[in-house]
Amino acid sequence: MGIGQWLQNHPRLLEKAFSSTLNMVEWLDPVISRIGYENVDRVLRKPEEWTKRAIFDCRMCGQCVLHSTGMTCPMTCPKNLRNGPCGGVRANGNCEVFADKPCIWVQAFERSTQMAQFGEEMMHINPPVNRQLEGESAWLNMLTGVDKEVPKAWVGLSNIAIIPDGTYPKQAN
Amino acid sequence: MNQEEFKSPGRLERVLRAGHFAVTAELNPPDSADPEEVYKAAGILTDVCDAINATDGSGAHCHMSSVAICSLLTRLDYAVVMQISCRDRNRIAIQGDILGGAAMGVMNILCLTGDDVTAGDQPQAKRVFDFDSTQLLRTAKIMRDEGMFLSGRKLTVPPKVFLGAAANPFVPPYDWRPLRLAKKVEAGADFIQTQYCFDIPRLKSYMERVRDMGLHEKVFILVGVGPLRSDRAAEFMRSNVPGVHIPDAVIDRLAKTPKAQKQAEGKKICVEMIEQVREIEGVAGVHIMAYRQEEMVAEIVEEAGLLPRPFKVNKPPVDKLVFAPPAIEASFENYAANLEIPTPSVWQKRSK
Repeated sequence: MGIGQWLQNHPRLLEKAFSSTLNMVEWLDPVISRIGYENVDRVLRKPEEWTKRAIFDCRMCGQCVLHSTGMTCPMTCPKNLRNGPCGGVRANGNCEVFADKPCIWVQAFERSTQMAQFGEEMMHINPPVNRQLEGESAWLNMLTGVDKEVPKAWVGLSNIAIIPDGTYPKQAN
Repeated sequence: MNQEEFKSPGRLERVLRAGHFAVTAELNPPDSADPEEVYKAAGILTDVCDAINATDGSGAHCHMSSVAICSLLTRLDYAVVMQISCRDRNRIAIQGDILGGAAMGVMNILCLTGDDVTAGDQPQAKRVFDFDSTQLLRTAKIMRDEGMFLSGRKLTVPPKVFLGAAANPFVPPYDWRPLRLAKKVEAGADFIQTQYCFDIPRLKSYMERVRDMGLHEKVFILVGVGPLRSDRAAEFMRSNVPGVHIPDAVIDRLAKTPKAQKQAEGKKICVEMIEQVREIEGVAGVHIMAYRQEEMVAEIVEEAGLLPRPFKVNKPPVDKLVFAPPAIEASFENYAANLEIPTPSVWQKRSK
C-alpha cells in the first residue's frame, strides 16, 4: 500500500490537512495577490499536481471538491461523476469499468462516514464541472473564488439534500 | 387537482398523481431505419402501460436514437419517456434535445448517467460524461421551472416535462443508495425508475430508509421488473449487463424448470415480483423491461391484475400511417431533381 492509499484511508487526517491548506493559502493571500494570481498559478501548478496526484491521483480539474466527496477524487471515476456512484457498481463493490478496482464512490462513501467535519457534505449537489479550469491550480482558484462560480441559472436553487439530523451514517473513530 | 398545478401535460403524471399503480414499459429500439419496426414494437405496449420508455443507447449498444423513437411515437400521441444518458452528449446537445423533445410532444424525460462505453460493442468510443445524472436532472428542472438554459439565457416557452431519474438499490454502497435518492429528489426528480428487482428483501430495506426520510411522499418510485428467458439468459445478464443483481435462488429456480417451460417460469417470477413490489409502502408503480420479449409485457400486466390502464389511447392501425408529410416529400423531390441526382428509392416507395 502506497502512502497515498494509506492517507486516503485516514480521511480524518486529510480533512485536517485540507483545513490547514485552506488556512495557509488564505493567510498567504495578500502576498499572492501582490505577486499576481497568474504568476503564482504558473509556479504552483506543478507542485500542486505532484502532491495531489501522489495522494489522490488528482486529475487537475482545477476545482477541488474533495471535502464533499469523502476526500476521494471524483475525477478518478471513469464517468467523472461528482454526485455519487452510478448504478453499475459490481456486487463486490468494484467499478463497472475497471472490474479489478474498487468503485471510488464506494470508498468515498465509506470515508465520508469516518470524517468528523465534512462527511455530510456528500449530500451537496455538486454543479457541472467548469472545463475551462482544467489544468489550473485549484488552490488559487479557491482563493479567487473561480472554483465556486456556477452556471448563471444554477444560482439560487438549494444545493443540499437535507436529511433528518444525525441520520448520516457515522463510524466511531 | 388543477390542470395548471401539473408539471407536464402528460398521461404518466396524471396516472401517478391520481394514485393509480402505474405501469411503464421499455421499448427495445430497432437496429433499423424502418419506422414500422418502432410502431410495431410500440403497438403491443401502448394499451398495457402508461408510458413507453425510449432507451438511449442502453448497454452502450448503438440502436435507433431515443429522440428519433420519440419523434415517431409522439406523432401518434403515444406517451413516451425519453431517456437521456450523459455518456454520448455534452451539455449543449442535451439541452437542445430536451427542448426538441418537448416540442415534439415528449412529456417525460428520464435522466441517466448511462452505461459505460466498455459495456457495448464499440468500446473504442470516447466517453463524454460532461454532466452526471444529478446535474442533468437539475439542468432539466432549471429549464422547466426557471425557463432558461444553464447559461441563464431565456427560453420563450419552457419544456413542460415530468422529470425522472434512475435508482439502483441492488448494488453497493447499499447504505448510500437512499441518500443518493435524496440528492436526486433535491435536484428535481419527480419520478424514479429502478434497475431490475429480483431481490425483494433488499428492496424492502431500501424502501424502509426511503420512507424514514419521507422521500416516498416527494417522488413516485416505479420499481423495475422483467421476465428472464432462462437460467442461462439470467446468468448472462448478471455477468454482462452493468448493475443487474439476480440472486442465486432465482437462477436455481429457472435451472430446475424443464427447458420448454423456462420462459413461462420466467414470466411467472416477474408477475410474482410485481405482486410483492405492490405490497411495499411507497412504491407507486412498476417499470417493465422485457428485453426482446415485448410480446410478453401484455401477458405480464394482465396476469398481475393491472388491466385495464386508466387511459385508453386511440391509435390508427400501422398500415394506415403516412410516415413522411407529403409537403416535405415533394420539396425533397424538387431538390433532388434540381441537383440531377436520382430520388432515393425509399422516398419513391413512400410517395405511392
